[in-house]
Amino acid sequence: MKKLAIIAAAAAFLGLAQAPVVQAAEEVEIPSHDWSFSGMFGTFDRAKQQRGLQVYREVCAACHGLRLVAFRNLADLGYNEDEIRSLAADYQVEDGPDENGDMFMRDGVASDRFPAPFPNENAARMANNGALPPDLSLITKARQQGPDYLYHLLLGYQDPPAGVEMMDGMYYNAYFPGHQIAMAPPLMEGAISYADGTPATTQQMAEDVTYFLTWAAEPNLEARKQMGMKVILFLLIFTGLLYAVKRKVWADLH
Amino acid sequence: MSGFKTNNRTIKWLDSRLPVFSTMNHHLIDYPAPRNLNYLWNFGSLAGIVLVVMIITGILLAMQYTPHVDMAFDSVERIMRDVNYGWLIRYMHMNGASFFFIVVYAHMLRGLYYGSYKAPREVLWGLGVIILLLMMATAFMGYVLPWGQMSFWGATVITNLFSAIPWGIGDALVTWLWGGFSVDNPTLNRFFALHYLLPFIIVAVVFLHLWALHAFGSNNPLGIDAKGPQDKIPFHPYYTVKDLLGLGVFLIIFAGFIFYAPNYMGHPDNYIEANPLVTPAHIVPEWYFLPFYAMLRAITFDIGIPFTGITLIDAKLGGVLVMFGSIIILFFLPWLDTSPVRSSRFRPLYKLFFWVLVVALLVLGYVGAMPPEQPWVTIGQIATAYYFAHFLIVMPLLGKLERPKPLPASIADPVLKPGPATNQ
Ligand code: HEC
Ligand code: HEM
Repeated sequence: MKKLAIIAAAAAFLGLAQAPVVQAAEEVEIPSHDWSFSGMFGTFDRAKQQRGLQVYREVCAACHGLRLVAFRNLADLGYNEDEIRSLAADYQVEDGPDENGDMFMRDGVASDRFPAPFPNENAARMANNGALPPDLSLITKARQQGPDYLYHLLLGYQDPPAGVEMMDGMYYNAYFPGHQIAMAPPLMEGAISYADGTPATTQQMAEDVTYFLTWAAEPNLEARKQMGMKVILFLLIFTGLLYAVKRKVWADLH
Repeated sequence: MSGFKTNNRTIKWLDSRLPVFSTMNHHLIDYPAPRNLNYLWNFGSLAGIVLVVMIITGILLAMQYTPHVDMAFDSVERIMRDVNYGWLIRYMHMNGASFFFIVVYAHMLRGLYYGSYKAPREVLWGLGVIILLLMMATAFMGYVLPWGQMSFWGATVITNLFSAIPWGIGDALVTWLWGGFSVDNPTLNRFFALHYLLPFIIVAVVFLHLWALHAFGSNNPLGIDAKGPQDKIPFHPYYTVKDLLGLGVFLIIFAGFIFYAPNYMGHPDNYIEANPLVTPAHIVPEWYFLPFYAMLRAITFDIGIPFTGITLIDAKLGGVLVMFGSIIILFFLPWLDTSPVRSSRFRPLYKLFFWVLVVALLVLGYVGAMPPEQPWVTIGQIATAYYFAHFLIVMPLLGKLERPKPLPASIADPVLKPGPATNQ
């Protein structure tokens, strides 16, 4: 009984860690989506990640940076060296100074990171009606229930309910805190044509880009979960053995 | 107990000049411990192991971390992405801090339940409270280092507390702490220096803690002193193996968090780089500070002389005093508790109030995570009032009013078996 109470108290204490979640989620309940990377055995889906990269490059990259991701990291998505090299070369990055002391632009190489779409914050705000499009490198970790939130945010554009006064240049979104977001609905049916021929529905694009950005935020997710399996399996056996040893050692006392 | 024996001449030679081996033998092998310690006595050794894990992972992180406002956030992301197993080291350190508090809170509640703070263990307990204060300072400064939004704003809120000190001292003190006029690069630099230093001071205090422990040995679930050798068993192999078993169970849970829910106990806002121009919607501390944060915010009124309009202590200073007071009061526990009986097992009323205190702490933790609105403010005030009443009123009175159950004659007392005297 006492032990139960202690376990209950410990559980309640751990539950507390989630208390802020309750608080932030008060505003909107975010439905959970089925992701291949959730759960103990979760892994990413290379095809979806590759399509997601395409969505990012052809849509989001116009406004959002991805400054923590280098082109070489794309090897994780299944691209080989040549593919990465030619993908990087699609981008122009600033380098220098050269021997004359001037900065110059050159083709991107594998070790470069995704260049930012705007030279600085003011330029970004200027182009976006005063709002700042955040860098997306960590976006799924920087929001409560990140992947679910991102997916539903991208699909959550609606007509404002009767009586809601929209501010200038704002769009109604069911999942954005406060519901008024400065980002125009970024995904349009068929806006891109997928390299693998998958029909580019808005749901498809939202899901794919979420796979890509979840990887961008946590590139070691697969390695982490796989190592966890081995570590915990080892610990279970080790602790089981210790339990047997403990019983044996203590047997003569009882 | 046999004392230290060896046939190895080198070891003998060294030991007679610097008795490390006989000292270790005395304190870790032959050391007599009560035979009836239950698993709640595991948390002390666990805390020691977590401390070592924190120091090792911390030093590894420090090799890659850059304490500069422009680079700190990115240097942590570099550790997560580019350093070999950097993500593992960082997640261990991050979750290790939470688990350190879980373990130490369990360790303290054990002491509270079994009266381990009473004579002759007052100094041992007091050293424990000092460790707790040092841990809190260390954890607070460590949380600032990744320079996320919660790092920055948490640091701003907490350092600002010192400005509650009156007569202009507070404001001067805060400027001095910051090394400037806001939380900025000098603040980050000194927090890093202190965050590296304090764990080693904790190690030193832990040594004193163990020294004090070994002066009288452990208390036990019955709370009575050992009457003779039949009440004690050598630490090795009995408690070495039991502590190891506890460590195994602990590591399974710890690994579960590291590998499957590494950010569960963190706040997503800390993955947004610090920005002094954007205040987060809710600034909340880490979970282990929530009960104290709730007490800080419970004082929403000025305290003064009634009907004169004179304010002696304004609400802010009151909150700060209550928050620090909630820990300082623990130093006085050995003298506030007037009962000669240690263990709750023989104190039916105290046992009841112990659980009320646990509930009050859980409620405070919950309130600490809520925005400062009704009904949370009132609930927090009631729980805070109980917290102090528990130590200042309930404990002194219970010792006088309560009729304890009869104590067993000795730990090994066969009449008690198979009752609570065996380990459980
Ligand atoms: C035309 C420019 C533009 C494009 C294209 C665009 N965004 Fe945005 N995005 C913005 C702006 C501006 C904001 C800031 C909105 C605000 O703060 O109200 C924003 C905000 C966001 C946010 C943050 C929401 C929050 O919780 O704060 C996310 C996530 C996001 N965009 C994802 C995407 C994704 C994914 C794409 C590609 C499918 C995309 N955006 C394409 C301009 C854009
Ligand atoms: C770094 C943190 C700490 C470490 C490493 C540590 C270590 C230990 C160890 C190894 C023991 C003996 C085993 C046991 O009884 O569980 C012990 C006993 C004890 N500790 Fe701590 N401790 C820490 C913090 C604290 C704190 C914060 C308190 C309370 C304020 C405290 C109070 C006590 C008491 C009262 C005992 C004696 C318990 C008894 O004999 O019943 N300790 N500690």
